[in-house]
Amino acid sequence: MTTASGVRVPLPDAVDFLSIDAMLSDEERMVRDTVRAFVRARVDPDVADWFERGILPREIGRELGKLGVLGMHLHGYGCPGASAVAYGVACRELEAGDAGVRSFASVQGSLAMFAIHRWGSEEQKNAWLPAMARGEAIGCFGLTEPDFGSNPGGMRTFARRDGDDWVVRGTKMWITNGSIADVAVVWANTDDGIRGFVVPATTAGFTANDIHRKLSLRASVTSELVLDDCRLPADAMLPHARGLRGPLECLTEARLGIVWGSMGSARTCYETALEYAKTRVQFNKPIAAFQLTQEKLVNMLLELNKGTLLALHLSRKKDAGELHSSHVSFGKLNNVREALAIAREARTILGANGVTLEYPIIRHMNNLESILTYEGTSEIHTLILGQAITGIDAVS
Amino acid sequence: MNLREAGLGFLRVLGGPEANVKIVVTVKLVPEPSSEKKIDSGTKRLVRTGVETVINPYDEYAIEAALALKEKLGGDTTVTVFAMGPENTKETLRKALAMGADDAVFLSDAGLEGSDVWGTASALALGLKKVGFDLVICGGLSDDGSSGAVPGELTEYLGVPGITNARSLDVVDGKVHAQRETDNGYQVVSGPLPALVSVTMAIGEPRYASLKGIMGAKKKTIAPLAIADLASPLALGSAGAKTRLLDFAPPAPRQKAQVVDAPDGATGAKIIFDFLKEKRLV
Ligand SMILES: Cc1cc2nc3c(=O)[nH]c(=O)nc-3n(C[C@H](O)[C@H](O)[C@H](O)COP(=O)(O)OP(=O)(O)OC[C@H]3O[C@@H](n4cnc5c(N)ncnc54)[C@H](O)[C@@H]3O)c2cc1C
Repeated sequence: MTTASGVRVPLPDAVDFLSIDAMLSDEERMVRDTVRAFVRARVDPDVADWFERGILPREIGRELGKLGVLGMHLHGYGCPGASAVAYGVACRELEAGDAGVRSFASVQGSLAMFAIHRWGSEEQKNAWLPAMARGEAIGCFGLTEPDFGSNPGGMRTFARRDGDDWVVRGTKMWITNGSIADVAVVWANTDDGIRGFVVPATTAGFTANDIHRKLSLRASVTSELVLDDCRLPADAMLPHARGLRGPLECLTEARLGIVWGSMGSARTCYETALEYAKTRVQFNKPIAAFQLTQEKLVNMLLELNKGTLLALHLSRKKDAGELHSSHVSFGKLNNVREALAIAREARTILGANGVTLEYPIIRHMNNLESILTYEGTSEIHTLILGQAITGIDAVS
Repeated sequence: MNLREAGLGFLRVLGGPEANVKIVVTVKLVPEPSSEKKIDSGTKRLVRTGVETVINPYDEYAIEAALALKEKLGGDTTVTVFAMGPENTKETLRKALAMGADDAVFLSDAGLEGSDVWGTASALALGLKKVGFDLVICGGLSDDGSSGAVPGELTEYLGVPGITNARSLDVVDGKVHAQRETDNGYQVVSGPLPALVSVTMAIGEPRYASLKGIMGAKKKTIAPLAIADLASPLALGSAGAKTRLLDFAPPAPRQKAQVVDAPDGATGAKIIFDFLKEKRLV
């Protein structure tokens, strides 16, 4: 192929087919390279083992802190202040390793740290953010309850005033990083509507119990939080968050990481399937020679590149201050759905090998089932978009 | 007049102990090593458009060596990266700044295009004199040109002691100490500063640029340098080149693999062993 000026246009890359990474700034590419190198060295070699054992080693948190990815898009308080694009690229690279590692960083940076950064007092920020950025203090975000998932507004956890103190009582469920957290951002109803509280894990009455027998996101800790009349000082409340908007804004922040992260999972699945298809011989031919296999690979390529373009577009909009929360629903709904489709298709190309932990695909595929559900299920994001275009709220 | 006679006035007097060593790392910006390389048949130069430019991978080890030394020495020790190349590759230097280098100097001039190895080393030497240094650290080789001659030539033109192929490096009492890798072990060498050391990959894996480092790199300076600043007594660039590239050819296609049928594993192993022995690989 030559252009009008006679320069030969090289054959596109088999993964980054649209040269989307060339649209990143030098700085964003540096972030990509740094996080990718970290994942290759520290996550890829051991993650199948972590997944099998259902653990995420504590030191990974500190290493991510040293790398600087925890709260990387926040400004001040020891955070680097990177762009939304750089943050997204980092999420993509982390999740190309494993969504459990990406979830750790998302919950720490975009849910727990962001909540304190966005809604906290100066004292709360100084007390927690620098240590959290370093990965020395770990945070979790307690919104979901056993009886209130998609409908968090109905939460039963209640914080009552007792003199100047707050006394919080309730149970939170499915909380990422719950039992390894040093601090929990807990959302509770009060006489004054929903408010957020910064709860140190050492608070009397606070316990975290791990949820076992998960078959998805196994390299990530998920816990139940029990707050049994936890007494907190007046200044434990996040002063600037009122109503459901408090937690929802944090979720919008974290979901942008999922829009990118899911493309990381998808990329690994596609790359693995492509490599496998070129080397696995059946009927005296590499299976990549069969038209059916080529169609699968091409379909994956299309959605991987379209999803990545979408992620970049949304993050650029965020950096320009033009992002609406329904845009994020658009991204999360599309990219997680397509990533899951890519993972399933990639799985078929590996045949029986596709179901073992020797290859990354089924791990990513199972992880994506959680991602389809958390931070707003695909149904809820569909309804958000449905309301955005029809003006009709299908839920309430 | 030769470059050595152009004066040694650039040599800094070391103030005190090694707590303020000025380290300069020479860095080449090269096409991404895994990219498809093409040579323009007219100019016989590597086509650089449309290919990602990166820091020469060998130079990343030199940067690592410099940063590790800076961490060890502390005080006012600084690390400057120094590169020569086309203007549009300048930003690639940010990666070195993100890894932790303090600042950068970028020598770029249309008049330097077509430099041969002599010209490159001459321009770099003049630039290094201009920048000033106590210790120059180089990678052993460039991924694209692969002459491996520049560190040696720099030592000569700078008139300082040179230690090549260092696998470890230290500065104590104004002296540089290094272990030089050799075919059958290593040598322990030392020499007074100012000096030049080229390092091997055994010096230690290059560190990751942290996110803070990446963000901070934006604010660090990349000072420009042009031919006029060098006050070279001799013509540089293609005008001064002492060698001419006459022709080039792609490497011979790889020969077909040799397949040997062996009746059993032990015989097979013996055949492979004999083959390797014949090639003097074992
Ligand atoms: C691994 C993992 C980690 C998690 N981490 C956290 C965390 O750190 N913090 C936290 O607070 N939460 C966390 N969650 C919880 C997660 O956000 C919830 O699971 C999610 O919001 C869905 O809630 P639910 O599971 O109760 O499902 P439900 O809300 O009961 O939904 C069940 C089904 O009904 C559908 N549905 C519900 N309402 C409607 C409707 N109006 N119209 C159509 N369909 C509807 C849903 O889409 C879904 O398909 C995590 C979950 C998982 C799996």
